[in-house]
Amino acid sequence: MKDQDISKLEQKFQEKIDNDIKIEPRDWMPDDYRQTLIRQISQHAHSEVVGMLPEGNWITRAPNLRRKAVLLAKVQDEAGHGLYLYSAVETLGANREQTIDDLHSGIAKYSSIFNYPTLSWADMGAIGWLVDGAAIMNQVPLCRCSYGPYARAMVRICKEESFHQRQGFEIMTTLMKGTVQQKKMAQDALDRFWWPSLMMFGPNDEDSKHTAKSINWKIKRHTNDELRQMFVDATVPQAELIGLKIPDKDLVWNKERGHYDFGEINWDEFWQVVKGNGPCNNHRIETRKKAKENGLWVIEAANAYEQKRKIKKVS
Amino acid sequence: MANKEWPLWEVFIRSKKGLSHKHVGSLRASDSQMAIKNARDVYTRRSEGISIWVTKSNSIFASKPDESDSLYEPSDSKVYRHPTFYDIPDGIEHM
Ligand SMILES: [Fe+2]
Ligand SMILES: [Fe+2]
Repeated sequence: MKDQDISKLEQKFQEKIDNDIKIEPRDWMPDDYRQTLIRQISQHAHSEVVGMLPEGNWITRAPNLRRKAVLLAKVQDEAGHGLYLYSAVETLGANREQTIDDLHSGIAKYSSIFNYPTLSWADMGAIGWLVDGAAIMNQVPLCRCSYGPYARAMVRICKEESFHQRQGFEIMTTLMKGTVQQKKMAQDALDRFWWPSLMMFGPNDEDSKHTAKSINWKIKRHTNDELRQMFVDATVPQAELIGLKIPDKDLVWNKERGHYDFGEINWDEFWQVVKGNGPCNNHRIETRKKAKENGLWVIEAANAYEQKRKIKKVS
Repeated sequence: MANKEWPLWEVFIRSKKGLSHKHVGSLRASDSQMAIKNARDVYTRRSEGISIWVTKSNSIFASKPDESDSLYEPSDSKVYRHPTFYDIPDGIEHM
């Protein structure tokens, strides 16, 4: 294509974005836009799938049948979220299995939060409340993302997420009404998951290399720091209400700003976990690889069965 | 590892009696039965539908995106296809 034609297409594309007209799979889009989306959506999908592992750890050990049914339903939802997102990636021409292989080989990332272990039942509370809470903060604005299939997947996901956070907060609330030991468990879970939850929003704005471009393309609507602030402001009163203490000595309400001020995140830890050196990185990837390898025969068998059925039909 | 895959299917769901099926998403499955089963698990976990259609994605034929203008233009110039184009004398309430 001539340069002239491309700049014309680019102009038309940006006009659509500026007028909040959704971009659909077969519309022309800059290659950079496509690659950014493939990266972001596939990593989002991986996070949903890897995110099932820390919670899956507690399904068979849930304290009662109600909690077990709820946790099962939540984890099943996350599998569905993974599927909606992989489908959205496929509309961009990416190969789904290739994106999964990229996860397994370490090329593709997923949310750093899932590299922390779940040591007690209270962690199911902390994850639902904080991790799903942070995910919702991130995902609600993505419902207005400029790429149609991603935005539509996010609408479905956000609808389903609403019970995830509530069931987590309910677990924390119940523990905080319990024995001294139970209260301790809840506080310990918060202590371990608070900072990693704040890290979920990614690096500070000045260190986030993709943010400006993504906002210009209306893939992202808020910066990492804006979303993190929204999360802190929403979550602190919830902790206070049930008697939990946020593990941050610098946390204080700033009347002038109308927001909470909070302490510096340990960015060394963040980058270590992103680079693969978190407590559970290896374990998570090994588990995913094994799942794929052990499931291959199912794919093959079903394909063979369908092949046979077709032949039978013809003859 | 060689990537063996199932074909891609598009899923359509009728949410209520009296409504038409609407596209909700896609999934992979080896055959139509599996596609319907998976669609039930993935797209109707909260009673979103009473009927499911699936079709292989590669059997859908679509209009070209850059033809969308020509799909709209003819009807824009034919305003007489809309009821508001016509003058009706006062005194007639329902027509
Ligand atoms: Fe999710
Ligand atoms: Fe969730």
